[in-house]
Amino acid sequence: MTAATPGLASPEPELRHPRSKTELFTAFTWLALQGFGGVLAVAQRELVERLRWLNKEQFVELLSLSQVLPGPNIINLALMFGDRHFGWRGAVVAVGGLMAAPLVIVLVLAALYAQFSSVPQVAGALRGMGAVAAGLVLATAVKLAPTLRRNAMGLWPCVAIALGSALAIGWLRWPLAWVVVGLGLLGYAWAWYRLAPKGPAR
Amino acid sequence: MNAEFFGLHGLDWLDLLQLAGHFAVLSLLAVGGAITSASDMQRYLVVERGWIDPLQFNASVAIAQAAPGPNILFVALLGWSVAGPLGMLATMIGIMGPSSALTFFVGRFRHTRQDALAVRAFSVGLAPLTIGLLLATGWVLTLPSFDHPIALLLVPATIVFMMKTQRSPLWMIAVGAVVGALGGA
Repeated sequence: MTAATPGLASPEPELRHPRSKTELFTAFTWLALQGFGGVLAVAQRELVERLRWLNKEQFVELLSLSQVLPGPNIINLALMFGDRHFGWRGAVVAVGGLMAAPLVIVLVLAALYAQFSSVPQVAGALRGMGAVAAGLVLATAVKLAPTLRRNAMGLWPCVAIALGSALAIGWLRWPLAWVVVGLGLLGYAWAWYRLAPKGPAR
Repeated sequence: MNAEFFGLHGLDWLDLLQLAGHFAVLSLLAVGGAITSASDMQRYLVVERGWIDPLQFNASVAIAQAAPGPNILFVALLGWSVAGPLGMLATMIGIMGPSSALTFFVGRFRHTRQDALAVRAFSVGLAPLTIGLLLATGWVLTLPSFDHPIALLLVPATIVFMMKTQRSPLWMIAVGAVVGALGGA
C-alpha cells in the first residue's frame, strides 16, 4: 500500500443512487453470487468502484458500524444502505437480494447431499470439506490474533480472555450466553478503564 | 411435497419456539459474526437436544462455505436438518431478527459518535473474545475428524494455505472434497 499522492487526488467521481428497489435487489443478488467465502470484499468492489453508490469514506463508516453491531457485517451493511435509500422496504429488499438466490443454491446442494450421503465418496467429500471448514475458521483466528498485541487492554489480559473463552466454550461446552456476558463485560470494563484516564489519544 | 415435508419432523411447537428463541439469543451475542457462535449451536443442537449428529452439523457448515453468498446461510441448513422448512424459518428468524432490528434502529441514529469512549471500549474489549470464540468453533468443527487421520491433516494444511497464499479458500475446499472422496478422509 502506497500513500495517496499529494496534490494529485483525482476529483471525486460523482456518486450515483440506486434508481429503484428492483435495481437494489439485483445489485445485491449479483454481489452475493460473486462472494465465495465472504461477500465483504466483493461489496467494496461493487458498491464503491463499479456502481459508485457509496464513496470509500461512506463505505468504511457503514462497515465499522456494521462490525460493532451484532449480526453478520454484510447483512447489517445492506440493511442500513437499503434503509437509507428506500426506507424499511429498501432494507428488506437489499437483505432479500443478498440472501434469496444463495439460499436456493445452498438448499439445492444440501438436498443433493442428503440424496447421496450414503454414497461413501460423497460422505467422504463432505467430511474432507468439513475439515477444511474447521481449518478456515481457525485460520481466521490465527490471522486476527496478532492484532491483540496492539490492543489497549494489554497483551496478557487479551490472551487470558481469548483462551478463557475458547476453553469455556469449546472444551467445557458452557453456554455462550454466560461466557459472552461474563468475559465480555469484564473485557468491556477493563477496556473502558484503560482507555478512559488518559483521555482519547486521537 | 406433502404435509410431512412442511411438518414438524418429530418436534412439537414448543420445541420450535425454543429453537427460534435459542438462536434469537445467539443473534445478539454473536460478536464477530454468526460463525463465532457456531460452537454453541453445536452444543445446543447436537449435545443438548440431540436433533442432529456432529457430521450433519459439519456438513451444513461445509456446504454453506462452499456456496456463494453470506456464510450465515449455514444457519438455514441447520434449521432445515432439524425440522425442514419450518425449522429453517425458526433458526433464520431467530438469528436474523434481533440483530437486524437493532441495526435498523442504530442505522437511523447514525450520528452516534464512533469514537465515543463507550463505542471504542466495546470494540477493544470484545476483540479477544471474538478470537476465543473463533478458536472454540474451529475446535468443535475439528472434533469429527479425529477418527480420520487424513481429514485431521487437512485442518493444519488449510491454516497454512490461508496464512501463506492469497488464493481463494474455495481451492482448499475443493482439495478437501477430492481428498475425502478418494477415501482419504
